[in-house]
Amino acid sequence: MAPPVTVNSINPKVIECEYAVRGEIVILAQKLQEEITKKPEAHPFEEILYCNIGNPQSLGQQPITFFREVLALCDHPSLLDKSETKGLFSSDSIQRAGKILEQIPGRATGAYSHSQGIKGLRDTIAAGIEARDGFPADPNDIFLTDGASPAVHMMMQLLIRSEKDGILCPIPQYPLYSASIALHGGTLVPYYLDEATGWGLEVSDLKKQLETAKSKGIDVRALVVINPGNPTGQVLAEENQKEIVKFCKEEGLVLLADEVYQENVYVPEKKFHSFKKVSRSMGYGEKDIHLVSFQSVSKGYYGECGKRGGYMEITGFGADVREHIYKLASVNLCSNISGQILASLVMSPPKVGDESYESYTAERDGILSSLARRAKTLEDAFNKLEGVTCNKAEGAMYLFPRITLPEKAIKAAGEAKTAPDAFYCRRLLTETGIVFVPGSGFGQVPGTWHFRCTILPQEEKIPAVVTRLTDFHKRFMEEFSD
Amino acid sequence: MGLKALDYETLNENVKKVQYAVRGELYLRASELQKEGKKIIFTNVGNPHALGQKPLTFPRQVVALCQAPFLLDDPNVGLLFPADAIARAKHYLSLTSGGLGAYSDSRGIPGVRKEVAEFIERRDGYPSDPELIFLTDGASKGVMQILNCILRGQGDGILVPVPQYPLYSATISLLGGSLVPYYLEESANWGLDIDNLRESVAQARFKGITVRAMVIINPGNPTGQCLSEANLREILNFCYQENLVLLGDEVYQQNIYQDERPFISARKVLMDMGAPISKEVQLVSFHTVSKGYWGECGQRGGYFEMTNLSPQTVDEIYKIASIALSPNVPAQIFMGLMVNPLKPGDISYEQFVRESQGILESLRRRARLMTDGFNSCKNVVCNFTEGAMYSFPQIRLPPKAMEAAKKAGKVPDVFYCLKLLEATGISTVPGSGFGQKEGVFHLRTTILPAEEDMPAIMSSFKKFNDEFMDQYEDNWNHSRM
Repeated sequence: MAPPVTVNSINPKVIECEYAVRGEIVILAQKLQEEITKKPEAHPFEEILYCNIGNPQSLGQQPITFFREVLALCDHPSLLDKSETKGLFSSDSIQRAGKILEQIPGRATGAYSHSQGIKGLRDTIAAGIEARDGFPADPNDIFLTDGASPAVHMMMQLLIRSEKDGILCPIPQYPLYSASIALHGGTLVPYYLDEATGWGLEVSDLKKQLETAKSKGIDVRALVVINPGNPTGQVLAEENQKEIVKFCKEEGLVLLADEVYQENVYVPEKKFHSFKKVSRSMGYGEKDIHLVSFQSVSKGYYGECGKRGGYMEITGFGADVREHIYKLASVNLCSNISGQILASLVMSPPKVGDESYESYTAERDGILSSLARRAKTLEDAFNKLEGVTCNKAEGAMYLFPRITLPEKAIKAAGEAKTAPDAFYCRRLLTETGIVFVPGSGFGQVPGTWHFRCTILPQEEKIPAVVTRLTDFHKRFMEEFSD
Repeated sequence: MGLKALDYETLNENVKKVQYAVRGELYLRASELQKEGKKIIFTNVGNPHALGQKPLTFPRQVVALCQAPFLLDDPNVGLLFPADAIARAKHYLSLTSGGLGAYSDSRGIPGVRKEVAEFIERRDGYPSDPELIFLTDGASKGVMQILNCILRGQGDGILVPVPQYPLYSATISLLGGSLVPYYLEESANWGLDIDNLRESVAQARFKGITVRAMVIINPGNPTGQCLSEANLREILNFCYQENLVLLGDEVYQQNIYQDERPFISARKVLMDMGAPISKEVQLVSFHTVSKGYWGECGQRGGYFEMTNLSPQTVDEIYKIASIALSPNVPAQIFMGLMVNPLKPGDISYEQFVRESQGILESLRRRARLMTDGFNSCKNVVCNFTEGAMYSFPQIRLPPKAMEAAKKAGKVPDVFYCLKLLEATGISTVPGSGFGQKEGVFHLRTTILPAEEDMPAIMSSFKKFNDEFMDQYEDNWNHSRM
């Protein structure tokens, strides 16, 4: 008798879903890493350079001191009773920790909180949203979650009833969306970002995709927009955002706004505007548009991925739906408290006059300007490669260059039973130790090939990345030239 | 706007079906009353720190240092932290790939998983493979992941004890599967009868359901019973014969309040049984940092260990874990500290033991206090809390009370619990939230209120209950088992 759980009897949606960010190439990279650790001469490179995942602190980015001070004090509140603490912590971090602990019943950071997150922290976040947008935010609209990803899953769970429910997703997209839609049994309705116009989003294409889906009997429920984009890095123009909001209102779609990279904008001509701000500035209120905004502590200049902190702000939903959203959140009781505290710090960092303000600003600006420089350096390097074009990274943490592969390479890939971009990435890895994620993991216009590279290796390592990549690419193109 | 994108009618039906009473009606009413200024004693969730239990000092010191590693460079750090906490912080930081702020391996930090495996080996006497241990954001997430893996649709059933912790019923609803109940026998100390089990399975199969897995909660929640070794053997044999995965929720393994039935893990018994069973029965075991004497609920730290699942299945589970990127790193360190505790001779050892034993001994006393307190009340019968954190007294409601409940549009135990809340501020969870036999009513409370508050709480309860019973009593006929 076959055992009760085998790959043939598990949930087929599990089998179907994919997540390339930690997929095949990365698994191989980890294997190679183990081999180098055991035997340093095992491969033609000394180290693996992970450029596959937006995980800044794993590559040496330092956390924001003020945030960590506050978190440490909240983790071990008895420090606040000791006089020696003043000698090791800034006074404003001590003050902030004290204020936060007052907002937590019993000062118990080890207790389950309210399922939406600690009220006082949600107040702080709402105030932060209001300061950012100039429009009011309600703490009751905020659900603190273990990172933005669980909030995305929650929304998919609510929206998807069957494979007849469709969710409009950008192509290329961050594969959490495709994976989550697959896991919940829905249908991904793609809309293509236009590479030729800097990954622009045309509402006319949205309309076209919507109509096509409808004609196939799909009930399109929501539109996912990632702004700034992942993997594409574009920052939407405000006019564009207005068109998108209008489209959602007219078509009755929930707008799922992934805004986790809101602090990562590298070009002076673009600015982040939240979709909530845009909607409200158009005069659209709760009755006009269903809007969900996702934010995270993992990105920005804070890069606190391992903390799993984030939230969704939901507006425009009726009380009966909100009741069910709350209920879903309650089954998991609450998100981790430390992550909740961090989310509140991210949305209300030190201000002018605070003791830590200057050091905080220096740390923040140092990280952001470095990211901007690395984005430019890598963009230029990619554009110099034969057959490679790379759009500017206006924001986020990635570059998504397009590679035109010679026929010979495409054939070789076919023989190896791999997609051409995966074939290229595999060779790159085994010859240089650099880890990119093949574009097929994100979606792309059929017949085009890309790969995603993060801008996160430390600045001193970037020249090495560029050199190794350039040399490899030259060899590869020579090997497969027609 | 003419079209409504997401309103109640177009919500996923499975979401509508989900019930989770632990934070349901009673809790919401209690929160309202609290806002109005009423003093509420929240006994609805196993949330020790919310009721005054202090966190253990040592783990908090270690995690604070990991949180702010610049402290480790400060020459004065020794004024605030003992040397062993400093050493441990350095140890855990060295296991991470960039400190607390970096995503770890999606299965959890390998070094911590190794510590978990070593803990399991010390506990059970059998080797454990860190590659088959996945850390999760709380045990609940692990349960959801595994059930998501198993359930293909309505045709798949999961055997769940009644009464049960409603994470199971809620998750099965959400995932569109079928809950196959097996009733625990209150008069036999919430014991499990294999014949009842067989009957449940037969009935399910008759309805066309493929029974895939069996959940055991040991020690039980809400019921508190501790399974004997013989029980576990029976269960494992049953799973072997019926081809079921056993899901062993063992989060309360450190909460044992009697000595006749110490905790014994399902895995140990499975291994003791030898081949072929030990090599064939599939088992997933769950544990957490939220319970025991740690009570670190807010950290969201847990793990599951897989036994006898094929490598391909493990890979699929890994794939799903990778979509969530990684469990939160601070909680992983709490887990490491929990499974790899201080040893005699360590500077902080004595304080750690004092704090831990203090908590466990007090829990044991409170388990007894509460059981006896409930048993002294009119029409209340309560099994002893052998383990876990709850008391689950049976409330024998007089017919008049049930009529009043019906008039108020409430299930009888909800009616009772609401009245209890309004009269005394004690916030409990009605038994209907956990499942119970038809016509038999209970409530769940925790044994977590501070020991010094217990006598007042129990007497407040007794006063309410006895008055309630007098008010609705009809002399003879009341609900009975």
